[in-house]
Amino acid sequence: MSDIAERVKKIVVEHLGVEEEKVVETASFIDDLGADSLDQVELVMAFEEEFGVEIPDSAAEKILTVKDAIDFIKENVA
Amino acid sequence: MSNGAGLMAGKRGLVMGVANDRSIAWGIAKAIHAQGGQLAFTYLGEALERRVRPLAAEVGTPDDLVIPCDVAELESIDTTFAILKEKWGTIDFVVHAIAYSDKEELKGRYVDTTPENFKQSMYISCFSFTAVAQRAEALMPNGGSLITLTYYGAEKVMPHYNVMGVAKAALEASVRYLAVDLGKNGIRVNALSAGPIKTLAASAIGDFRLILKWNEYNSPLKRNVTIDDVGGAGLYLVSDLSRGVSGEVHHVDSGYHVVGMKAADAPDLSVI
Repeated sequence: MSDIAERVKKIVVEHLGVEEEKVVETASFIDDLGADSLDQVELVMAFEEEFGVEIPDSAAEKILTVKDAIDFIKENVA
Repeated sequence: MSNGAGLMAGKRGLVMGVANDRSIAWGIAKAIHAQGGQLAFTYLGEALERRVRPLAAEVGTPDDLVIPCDVAELESIDTTFAILKEKWGTIDFVVHAIAYSDKEELKGRYVDTTPENFKQSMYISCFSFTAVAQRAEALMPNGGSLITLTYYGAEKVMPHYNVMGVAKAALEASVRYLAVDLGKNGIRVNALSAGPIKTLAASAIGDFRLILKWNEYNSPLKRNVTIDDVGGAGLYLVSDLSRGVSGEVHHVDSGYHVVGMKAADAPDLSVI
């Protein structure tokens, strides 16, 4: 399970080009990590690719923090 | 590299519509660059500028040929082509990969489309190519090649594609009219009809994952296409290899457009 958290954080670090220390679970992509609305979409696409899950729009809209992403993936990855 | 070798050596052109490294236009740009072509890029707004500039740098495009352009404004297109004229004098090709619809209207029923979104979708997704062609013509005294991106939803009804299917049908018709108007000057006009690819733009289309799976299971090649597949076909259409080709809508869709029915061995949709 922690593996998922690590992989999510790695994607966030790589995509947003932010320092690893800043990517804590409570960090908001937009408010804390400098993401824009396109980054949000691109991150969701990257998560889908990495974990082979589908993240529908209705769920994607609620993925605002690192923890939101980890929780969604934990619940939806077989 | 631009070392004088390659199919596109000595050719220069504009690529409109790269959003990020998943963009179909980027696949085409990479293929042209690999054959020695020189590229200029346009972008819309700061968020896309931050994505396009590093990609442009990767293919050796100087900063001043990464140009802001809002195709909704004719003056903006004029400025873009004025810059190309100033820097290059003439151009050889344009890749147009731009479309727009309100995301809310890419679900539900087409019949419920609003006049505002209909007009805007048609203007951005169809007319902008004609507006670009008008201006490109002036910079192509020795002929050239214009290509745009379309989708099978122009020909047949695809779930959720709605007003974009209607706009793409108009775009494909405009390719034929433009091909005739510009042909006497040696300018070729063609469209690439790419199969579904998970791009930033496609993220606005409902049930896209289902569409991808359906194509994978039912296309003759039993796989989806990549931006590099489309890049190869784009390279062909902007290069002299296709010098006898104009007015064409060329499918790069693993052959899906010839299929009339679900493949007998394709799994049920319920597995998706």
